[in-house]
Amino acid sequence: MSVLVIAEHDNATLAGVTLSAITAAVQLGDDVRVLVAGHGCRAVAEAAARVQGVGLVRHSEAAHYARPTAEDLAALVTDLAVDFTYVLAPATTFGKNFLPRVAAILDVAMISDLIRIDAPDRFVRPIYAGNAVATVQSMDPIKVISVRATAFDAAPSGATAAPIEVLEAKPHSDLADVLAEQLTQSERPELTAAEIVVAGGRGMGSADGFRLLEAIADRLGAAIGASRAAVDAGYVPNDYQVGQTGKIVAPKLYIAVGISGAIQHLAGMQDSKVVVAINKDEAAPIFQVADYALVADLFQILPELETELSRVLAK
Amino acid sequence: MVLVRRRGPLRERCAAHQLRSRRVRASAERAPTAQRGILMKVLVPVKRVIDYNVKVRVKADGSGVETANVKMSMNPFDELAVEEAIRLKEAGRVESIVAVSIGAPACRETLRTALAMGADRALLVTTEAELQPLDVAKVLKAIVAQETPALVIMGKQAIDDDCNQTGQMLAALLGWGQGTFACGVALAEDSVTVTREIDGGNQTVRLKLPAVVTADLRLNEPRYIKLPSIMKAKQKPLQSMTVQELGVEVAVRLKTLQVSEPPPRRSGVKVSSVAELVDKLRNEVKVL
Ligand SMILES: Cc1cc2nc3c(=O)[nH]c(=O)nc-3n(C[C@H](O)[C@H](O)[C@H](O)COP(=O)(O)OP(=O)(O)OC[C@H]3O[C@@H](n4cnc5c(N)ncnc54)[C@H](O)[C@@H]3O)c2cc1C
Ligand SMILES: Nc1ncnc2c1ncn2[C@@H]1O[C@H](COP(=O)(O)O)[C@@H](O)[C@H]1O
Repeated sequence: MSVLVIAEHDNATLAGVTLSAITAAVQLGDDVRVLVAGHGCRAVAEAAARVQGVGLVRHSEAAHYARPTAEDLAALVTDLAVDFTYVLAPATTFGKNFLPRVAAILDVAMISDLIRIDAPDRFVRPIYAGNAVATVQSMDPIKVISVRATAFDAAPSGATAAPIEVLEAKPHSDLADVLAEQLTQSERPELTAAEIVVAGGRGMGSADGFRLLEAIADRLGAAIGASRAAVDAGYVPNDYQVGQTGKIVAPKLYIAVGISGAIQHLAGMQDSKVVVAINKDEAAPIFQVADYALVADLFQILPELETELSRVLAK
Repeated sequence: MVLVRRRGPLRERCAAHQLRSRRVRASAERAPTAQRGILMKVLVPVKRVIDYNVKVRVKADGSGVETANVKMSMNPFDELAVEEAIRLKEAGRVESIVAVSIGAPACRETLRTALAMGADRALLVTTEAELQPLDVAKVLKAIVAQETPALVIMGKQAIDDDCNQTGQMLAALLGWGQGTFACGVALAEDSVTVTREIDGGNQTVRLKLPAVVTADLRLNEPRYIKLPSIMKAKQKPLQSMTVQELGVEVAVRLKTLQVSEPPPRRSGVKVSSVAELVDKLRNEVKVL
C-alpha cells in the first residue's frame, strides 16, 4: 500500500508532528513517501529522507510555498494523491487547513484526528471533545487522514537516506495570498513537543500571575499552556491554548494550575501520562483526571513549589 | 426551544476584543451609505448539535451517543459566524444574511435562533440521513448556486463530530479561497482579509471574493437575544426543502462501526503538601 505524507515544517526543520504522521504511515503501508513543499527547504527534504520507513521524498520549491496557502498546497497534493491509497498530514492548523480541500477535490471523505489504526480501512478517532471515540470504516479508494500526533510516537531517523526527487511547483493561485504572520517567540520548548507542560487558567488572575508559572517552567524546562479563559482574559497569547479548539498535548507531566477542567480543556490534555492539578476548589472537575491533587491556593503553593523544585533538582 | 443566550464561556472575551468590536461599530456609524460600495449577501450555515455544556453519554450498544432528552443548541462556532455576519451588516457592508441548516426538521429551532440574532432569511434542508462533511459541503454548494452569496461564514468545527472539514471542502468544491480559524474579518469590495489563528500565532490572508471564512472562538462575542427579537424572528421567512429536491447525491463513505467511551484514567490521590507532591513526582512516577 502506498502512503503519501505531507510534511509540516518551517523551511528549516521538519516538525515533530510530521514524524508522528510518518509512524502512522508506516503502520498503513510499505511504500511511504513524503512531500516537502517549501522555499529554501532542501535541509527539510534531507531530514525527511533520513526518517526510518520513508522510501522516497518529493521536494517542491517555490516562493509561494514558503508559507503555502491551503489553495496552493491542495492543488499540488491533489495531483500527487491520485496514485496513493492514503494521504496523511498532521492534525494541526497546518494539516486541518488544506487536507479537507484535497479530500473534496478527490471526492472522498476525510478522517480527522486519527488516533488508532484497527485495519487498513478501519480507523479510530475522538468525537464530542474526546468524550467518545468512534471506529469508522472507509469505503473510499483514497483515504485522506489527519493524524493526531500525540497518539503516535515520532519515527526515528536512520543512517541511510531515501532518494529525493524534485517535484515541479504549480503556479500560485490568485484566490488567496498570505499577507503576514505574527508568530509567538519563545525560548521554551514547543507546547506539543514538550515533556512537561505547566498550564494556567483563569485562577492565575492576571498576566503577572503567569510569572509564577514561568518560574516553575524555568525550573522544569517546561512549556507553558493555558485554558481558554486565561487566553481570552489576555493573560497569555492564543497559541498557548490547550483543548478541543486549542492544542492537543500529551506530555509526561501536565501541571494544571487554577484550571477548573471543563470538558473542552480536558479534551486537549487528558492523554498526558501524569496529571497534577492545583486548585482551591475541591470539587473542580480537573481533579477527576488528576493523578495528584493539591487542594490549595495557587498563590501560596507556586512559590513553595518553586523553592522545593530548586532544592531537590539542584542536588 | 431556548432562544435566550445563556451566560457562559462564550461570553468571556478579552478587553482587547471588546475594544475592537466597539471600534468596528463606531466606524460603521460614521460611514455614509454612499461610500459603502456594493452591498453583498452572506450565507451562514448553522448546525444543530448537543449543547456544549452537556456531558455526552455513549449508548450502551455502542451505536452512538445518547440524544434523547438532551439539550440541543446551535454549534457555538456557528453562533460566532452568525454574529460576524450581523456585525458586517451593521457596518453597512452586507445587505442580507441567509442562514441555512441541514438535517432533521428540528433544525428549524436552530434557524429561528439565527433569525432572532439578526439573520434575515432561513433555509432548512431536510434529510433523514446523517450527513458527513463532504455531503454537507455538496448541499451547501447547491445552496450557493441558488443564492449567489459573496461570502460564506461558518463555524470552523462542529462540536459533535469535531471534523473541522466542511468549510474547507465547500471552498474547494466552489473553487473559492478560504480563510479558516478566523479571529478577525475585514471586508472590502472585492476581497476579504482574514486573520487566522494558527499553531504558532496569527496569520493574515487576503482572499478574493467570493470566499469562505470559518470562525474561531475569538472572532467576536455573540449577542444576547432579546425577547422582541424572538417575536420578530417568527415573522421572518423560513423556507424548507429536501436534499433530493436540491439534486444532491449523498453517499456513505465513512461507516461508523462503533462508538465507545474513551479509556478511563486511573483515579488519583490527594497530596497535602508541596514536599509530598514533589516527592511522588520524583520517586513514585519518576517524571522529574
Ligand atoms: C466551543 C467551545 C470550545 C472551547 N474550547 C476550549 C479549549 O480548547 N480550551 C479550553 O481551555 N477551554 C475551551 N472552552 C472553554 C471551556 O468551556 C471553559 O470555559 C474554560 O476551559 C475555563 O477555563 P478555566 O478553567 O481557566 O476557568 P474557570 O472555569 O473560571 O476556572 C478557574 C479555576 O481556577 C480556580 N482558582 C481560582 N483562584 C484560585 C486560586 N487562588 N488558587 C487555586 N485555584 C484557583 C477556581 O477554583 C476554578 O476552578 C471552550 C468552550 C466552548 C464553548
Ligand atoms: N448539517 C449542517 N448544517 C449546517 N451547517 C453545517 C452542518 N454540518 C456542518 N456545518 C457547518 O460546517 C462547520 C464545520 O463542521 P464540521 O466540518 O463537521 O466540523 C459547522 O460549524 C457548520 O457551520
